Amino acid sequence: MTDPAAEKIERHTLAVLVVDEPGVLARVIGLFAGRGYNIESLTVAEVEREARLSRITLVTSGTRMVIDQIKSQLERLVPIRRVRDLTEEGPFVGRELALVKIMGEPGAENAHRADVLRIAEGFGARIIDSSESSFVFEVTESTERVDQFLAMMGGLGRLEVARTGIVAISRGPESI
Amino acid sequence: MSERRISGAEMVLAALADNGVDTVFGYPGGAVLPIYDAMFQQNAIRHVLVRQEGGAVHAAEGYARSTGEVGCVLVTSGPGATNAVTGLLDALMDSIPLVCITGQVPTHLIGNDAFQEADTTGITRPCTKHNYLVKNVDDLARTLHEAFHVARSGRPGPVLVDLPKDVQFAIGTYKGPEAFDFSYRPAYEPDPAAIAKAVAMIAAAERPLFYTGGGVINSGPRAAEALTELVRITGIPCTSTLMGLGAFPASDPQFLGMLGMHGTYEANLATHGCDLLVCVGARFDDRVTGKVSAFSPGSQKIHIDIDASSINKNVRVDLPVVGDAGRALEMMIQLWKEQGRGSRSKAIAPWWDQIAKWRAVDCLAYEQGETVIKPQYALERLREALKGKDNVYITTEVGQHQMWAAQFLPFEKPNHWMTSGGLGTMGYGLPAAVGAQMAHPDAIVIDVAGEASILMNIQEMSTAVQYRLPVKIFIMNNKWMGMVRQWQELLHGGRFSESYTAALPDFVKLAEAFGGKGFRAETVAELDQAIENMLSTPGPVILDVCVDEKEMCFPMIPGGAAHNEIMLGRKDDKKSDPAAREEGMVLV
Repeated sequence: MTDPAAEKIERHTLAVLVVDEPGVLARVIGLFAGRGYNIESLTVAEVEREARLSRITLVTSGTRMVIDQIKSQLERLVPIRRVRDLTEEGPFVGRELALVKIMGEPGAENAHRADVLRIAEGFGARIIDSSESSFVFEVTESTERVDQFLAMMGGLGRLEVARTGIVAISRGPESI
Repeated sequence: MSERRISGAEMVLAALADNGVDTVFGYPGGAVLPIYDAMFQQNAIRHVLVRQEGGAVHAAEGYARSTGEVGCVLVTSGPGATNAVTGLLDALMDSIPLVCITGQVPTHLIGNDAFQEADTTGITRPCTKHNYLVKNVDDLARTLHEAFHVARSGRPGPVLVDLPKDVQFAIGTYKGPEAFDFSYRPAYEPDPAAIAKAVAMIAAAERPLFYTGGGVINSGPRAAEALTELVRITGIPCTSTLMGLGAFPASDPQFLGMLGMHGTYEANLATHGCDLLVCVGARFDDRVTGKVSAFSPGSQKIHIDIDASSINKNVRVDLPVVGDAGRALEMMIQLWKEQGRGSRSKAIAPWWDQIAKWRAVDCLAYEQGETVIKPQYALERLREALKGKDNVYITTEVGQHQMWAAQFLPFEKPNHWMTSGGLGTMGYGLPAAVGAQMAHPDAIVIDVAGEASILMNIQEMSTAVQYRLPVKIFIMNNKWMGMVRQWQELLHGGRFSESYTAALPDFVKLAEAFGGKGFRAETVAELDQAIENMLSTPGPVILDVCVDEKEMCFPMIPGGAAHNEIMLGRKDDKKSDPAAREEGMVLV
């Protein structure tokens, strides 16, 4: 109890392979809500159609003891096949996709538009829609980089943002 | 069994039979009529008609706990399912294997707020180990077999199958359980390296203690035998949780009694003072640990549990062993013998001496006057009357009487003690006794009850009468919700808010109204004869034992206190620090 390391809040990214049956997402979310765990981000989609497997990428935070609890609580849910702690098991890449609409006043000067496009280029953001007074960008980056992109764009116009939350996978030849 | 084309309703009965079920506890209703119709046309499965669905689940729990088999429940949609919820959570908390089949409105009406519709899988998701909604009759056989597999595998628990009425009518292909392969496969085999470490730690400790729980009982009778053997060959003291009573014989001199909030002085001080705590199939819950930061502060801890999520949940342990308790105990015995080790009782003689001093405190002592019956005395006389009788099953309700039963009744064998430990469900005992008696028609089944708890499911007396189940209801009647009263006296300034029942029924007449027999004991002089009457009268009997209204249950570790702050009596209030008391008061 007195060990300060045991009280430190850590953030972990988990990859969870689940059988795609009705209610499985409710089971996972209910577990977090019922036991008072944090969900910072959660994404889910089917990854193996034949085997009916979906993959959940979950970012959560808590003390070491809580993170270990979260993993073993997840593991004992019947439709959950595998739980991997990407943060703990070595290097991984995490990406999220953001769709960012930036809106300016109609007829605003072109210098503004040039700034917007320059920043977008720097982040590798693609223009997927444009009008006289708006752009929609698609940017796929780490959470930190997406945050940065939004901060910079925020100074240049009104923003509307849709973000997916993180999907993540380990580096190297190891597989879940 | 070969494939056949039958209706969903027939599949339910076929799957029950194929999974070894002979008794179902249930209550019919609109959404399960096809299953009841199929039941009418067969003889393999007995149905026990309870009086409320909550009773069905507790009865199935009593059946499961007393047999080691999966208990089975059949109820209708909507209120049938919601009435079952408490029992499902009770079974989840105490790891009791159940399969509960609920009817559901036809698939095309789901989501329409149809008559007697409830989102049963949604409501019961956190109250079950797993649940299913079956929308296609061709998935039904597999789902039912998987439900039994999940209920009994790993850490057991309740599984619910929600079955829309149209699926019950639909014709589909039925296959037996052997036709399927299930992906849910919990690990049973402990890591031999961890077992070797555990044995070395037990061999080296100066003040070791076994702390065992319901997991030993769930693992099966062989696990209880293995525990008994290991405790005896190592010569180490053993304490047990409420749920684990009976796994190790209570009459054995190495047994210290139950630990925890109302555990014995010797068990709690040994837990506090040990240098090695070997936890087998228990989960360090708050009734056992008291103040977590002060729990067994000087010990290394080994935790053997089949559920990895129980390990390091409340208390950090030094050696986790994930696997079946019985298997782990057997491996430890084998290694202990292979290494040529013997009893450590001499090596740890100072520890046993210390324990003897704690025992000498005689923490369960009470003062029995000449007239008014003390509840502890009532149980001691019951224990005396049961002496030499082999086949006795005890259930309880929840409260003071439950703790006294745990302290004063003898528990020599596993599966003979049924109580609601984790959820603490008042009203559990009578239906559980009905279930246990269905499984063991010739046994003596006694529900040790309080007058408040018994009224929560008294309607099941009618079930007992219908099926000629000679259940004995031993009410310790103090007219108060005794445990509520005790907390109000100790923690809420003696303001006894709503804990007195001003209008109790006449339990003797109540028994007669149901078609059973009733007796009453009002004084010490009447007690033995009344117990004799209860035991010798055939059929269901209520014995109303009028006990001291103000007796409190001791020892007691107040909420938020450590084990060495245990109270032995009313005057023994060691928690005089008001700040500490406030901290404890918010705990339940």
